[in-house]
Parts: sequence; structure tokens; C-alpha cells
Amino acid sequence: MTIEVIRPGLLTSVQDLGRFGMQHFGVPVSGAMDGYALRVANRLAGNEYNAAALEVTLAGPVLEFLDDTLVALTGGDLEAAIDGKPLPMHRPVWVARGRRLSFGRCITGCRAYLAFGGGIDVAPVLGSRSTYVRAALGGLNGRALVAGDRIIVAGNTQAGSARASCSKLRDLPAFSRDGFAAPRWSVQVRTERLLLRPQRIRFVAGRHWEYLKAGVRAAFTSENFQVSASSDRMGYRLEGVRLESGERGEIHSEAVAFGTVQLPPDGNPIVLMADRQTIGGYPRLGEVASVDLPLLAQLKPGDALRFELIDLADAQELAHAQAVALEQIAASIEAGMSE
Amino acid sequence: MPLGDRALLLEAGNTADPETVSRVRALADYLAQLHLPGVLDLVPALCTIGIHYDPEQWRDGSAARSPYELLVEHIRTALPDPATLVSSEGHAREIPVCYEADCAADLPALARKLGLSRSQVIDIHSAVEYSVYMIGFAPGFAYLGPLDARLVLPRRKTPRTRVPAGSVAIANQYSGIYPGELPGGWHLIGRTPLRLFDPSRTQPSLLKAGDRVRFSPIDAAKFRRLQSEAQ
Repeated sequence: MTIEVIRPGLLTSVQDLGRFGMQHFGVPVSGAMDGYALRVANRLAGNEYNAAALEVTLAGPVLEFLDDTLVALTGGDLEAAIDGKPLPMHRPVWVARGRRLSFGRCITGCRAYLAFGGGIDVAPVLGSRSTYVRAALGGLNGRALVAGDRIIVAGNTQAGSARASCSKLRDLPAFSRDGFAAPRWSVQVRTERLLLRPQRIRFVAGRHWEYLKAGVRAAFTSENFQVSASSDRMGYRLEGVRLESGERGEIHSEAVAFGTVQLPPDGNPIVLMADRQTIGGYPRLGEVASVDLPLLAQLKPGDALRFELIDLADAQELAHAQAVALEQIAASIEAGMSE
Repeated sequence: MPLGDRALLLEAGNTADPETVSRVRALADYLAQLHLPGVLDLVPALCTIGIHYDPEQWRDGSAARSPYELLVEHIRTALPDPATLVSSEGHAREIPVCYEADCAADLPALARKLGLSRSQVIDIHSAVEYSVYMIGFAPGFAYLGPLDARLVLPRRKTPRTRVPAGSVAIANQYSGIYPGELPGGWHLIGRTPLRLFDPSRTQPSLLKAGDRVRFSPIDAAKFRRLQSEAQ
């Protein structure tokens, strides 16, 4: 199955869950910014969690379906529509050939994930299909989509049950009128949490947290910060009160993680995101709890957030609870399919 | 020590001396052959090893101990006495470098600042064998050391937005090689025609932490010949 890119949007790229096992060669992990939304999209499309899908950013693309195609859209609500008719999110959708998918404004969040039944068929590079634009690795020729690209959806699909569930709906009059068919059920999404402002982002203490002056620690956890315009997939630069890192000895470069909050000399914290480098040399305030990374990834420039300190053990319990919830969603999708 | 809820740092020392770097490498080698479940990446740096893991793989059923505690305890038990760890030799690599004008944008100014002649800088830089301390900053970017004290200078005040691929550079206590065209603030003193990073190779990065590197000066004609061969 083939999808043609009519307009590429601001930044639309092929992403899976990331390129692990290559960081000792200096290769960034990349992968979906909102890994939770990608996993749900893939399950809805009948795929493994790690299948390659499209990450759509802020201003979405216009795509034309050259064949009947099973899709699932999750993440931020970017007003997706099939030939002007709103595309239902968080459920499998059959789209008829010849139809066009377009996007509008950001209603909630700023990144949507469009999975295709079978996954996007691009060759894995160093073990992953994720696009890392800075080194032109993975995805579609190592870059974001451009007009005229053709996205090929894998033929040997695991998407059988998802497709069967939707194909029962194909004969509905809705299919011919709107050009797509979808079941009535959907995955429950707590939209209000995405809209919370300032967004609450929990973190655990970073390597240099204890060395900071008490006033700096207090400011970091009590003041609001804003995502600056120079934020990207590599890192979110934050603006707000300037934080003094203070005098301290030499800091040796070492491994960083998704969510590491660094404090460069200008006093504006940077949160490292999916395309982060493998090592960093700035003092580290904290590490964003992985349970809140999907919320952080949905913040766009100008959005406000505040940080809340939690224990490592609590962060790991929250991450576990999220993993369990995801498995329950996957099970409910299976149930929905077999109805 | 923890690095968030999905990674931790194992510290081998707190000064970036050759002994610590080699201890880091020995530990990283040992950890790699343990094939710990749920460990996604091992990232050796100057004094520490970053261990990225999936906490779901480190749960004991009760919630009494966190995945972090379980993994740390497992590593503590699995690691032998650090004094008995020996790091692998690493490959010896010879890197041809053209130190001539077009390849060495910062060499004249750098030599002036250091109070040395251009040929003295080249002689000092290419006289010794370096260790690859770590790979980072960009795919295949090697931090090499120790750099002779006579060549130590902070980074350029204004970084370049584009440094040509293969540029051999120095800053602070390190020498490095830019594997691709990248922004960068190091002083460019030469250029190698070798491809430092190639995703189609099984080992995409030519250099690995622990490798030993020697720079061999070549002239511009040889640089061009080797460069066209490498394409």
C-alpha cells in the first residue's frame, strides 16, 4: 500500500521507539518524542509497539491514500480530517483509496502519531527505522518528509484482526460518503491532562541537584517555565527565572538520558529529548520522570510548565503503573477487534 | 548513582586521568559480556559508564525494592574486584592527516597563541599515541587524549556553524576528529580523508573507546587521492 505526500507539513518524520545499542558509537537514540502515543497507535493498527509510524509536528502534512489503508491516529489533537471530515482518533480507521488526509490547528498537544496497519516499510539503519535528521540516519532517506515522497506500508502485515474489525464496517454507507470507516469504540484518553497549564512535570534529583544553592532548588520547583521557540526534538530550552549553577569543580562529560535537565552557564535549563546527544557536559539539575515524558513531548513553544520533585522509587512505580495501563489498553484493543 | 528512572551511572573515579579512563573501559567490557537483561545501552565516558535499562525487566514482584536497587545490587555482586579487571588492548589505528593550509584553518592563529611554529604544533600533535577516551557529541566523534600540555587551549570563543567532515581538531585536553559536517568550536589543525562514521558498516564508528590512535602527516595531493578512494 502506498501513501503519497502532497504537502510535508512542518516536520513529519518516520519514527519507531528508537535506536538502542548504538550510543557507545555516539549514535543518538531518537525515536518518537511521545513513545506512549506511538505504542497505542501501533496497537490500534494491529502492529508491534515498535513499528515505524509518522510523527506529525504542529502543522501537519497532506497525504493521499493510493490504496485502501488501515490507519490509527493518537497523540495531540491536530484536527486531522479526511477530505474535510474529522478523522476519529484513538481507534482503527479504514481509509478508502483516493482520499486525502490533512491537519489543522493544535487543539491539544503538538505531536500526533499516525500508524499504518503493517507499519511503514523502510530499511532499518543500525537497528531502527527512526529518522535522525542531523546525521541523515534512518526513516525516509534520513530526512523529514518532502512533497512527492511515497510512503510504503509493509505488505506482510500483522494487522489482520484490526483490519477484519474495520472491514466489517466497510459496507456501511458511511464508508462511501466519508471515505473512511471506523468502529464506535475508542481508547480512553484523558484530554484534560494534556491541557493542564502550567503542565506539571515530575522529576527526580539529578547528579548536581544537591550542589545547587537552596534558593536555586526552590526556584526550580516553584516557578513556572516556558518552552522557548528554539526547542526541537533534541532538547527543550526553557525560559523563566535564570538559575545560577554556582561555582563548582570541573564537570566531566558523561551519559545523559531522555529527560535529563541540564543547566548551561546562561541559567536557562535545557531538557534533553529524543534526538539528544549521547553524552553531555553541563551540570544536571534533574531527570524528568519517564511517566511524564509523553506530556512534556506534547508541549509546544510558549507553553508553561512547572517541576515537581519526586523520589526515584516513586518514579519507577509510576513508570510501572503506566506500563501496566498500556498493557490493559492493548488488551482492550484486542477485545474491541474481536467484537 | 541513578540517572533518572531508566538509567544509572557507574563511577570508576573522579578525575579524567588515563588510569580512570582505562578502568572505565575495563568495567564497560566486563558489563557488556554479562549481557544483563533489559540493558539497552552501555555508554562509557571519562569517569563513568552510563547504563540505560528497562525498569520493567528489574522487578521482583514485591514493591519493596525498586528496579534501580535490584539492578545495582546485581551489578555489585557480578563485578569482580576492580583491581583484577583488565581492559582489552583496543585496536591501533593510524589516521593520515593533512596539516596543510586548506585543511588547517586555525593552525596559524593557534600556533601564534601557543608561541610555537606551525611545524612544531604538527610535530607535537603527531608524535604520540592517543587513547580514545570516549565517543560522543556526534555519531563517531572520538575524544582522544592525553593531549601534550603545550597544545592545551580553550575552545574558540565563537563556534563555527559548519566544520568540514574529517577535520582534526584540538580543544582543552583533547584532540578530536569531526566525522561529518557539523557545527563545532574546536581549533581545526588538519583533516583526514578517512570516513570516521559509516552506518553501513557493522561497526559504524571507525574508532571505539579504548582504541589507540596515531596521526601520520600527509600532503595535500595524498589527501585528495585518499579522499577520492574513500568515496
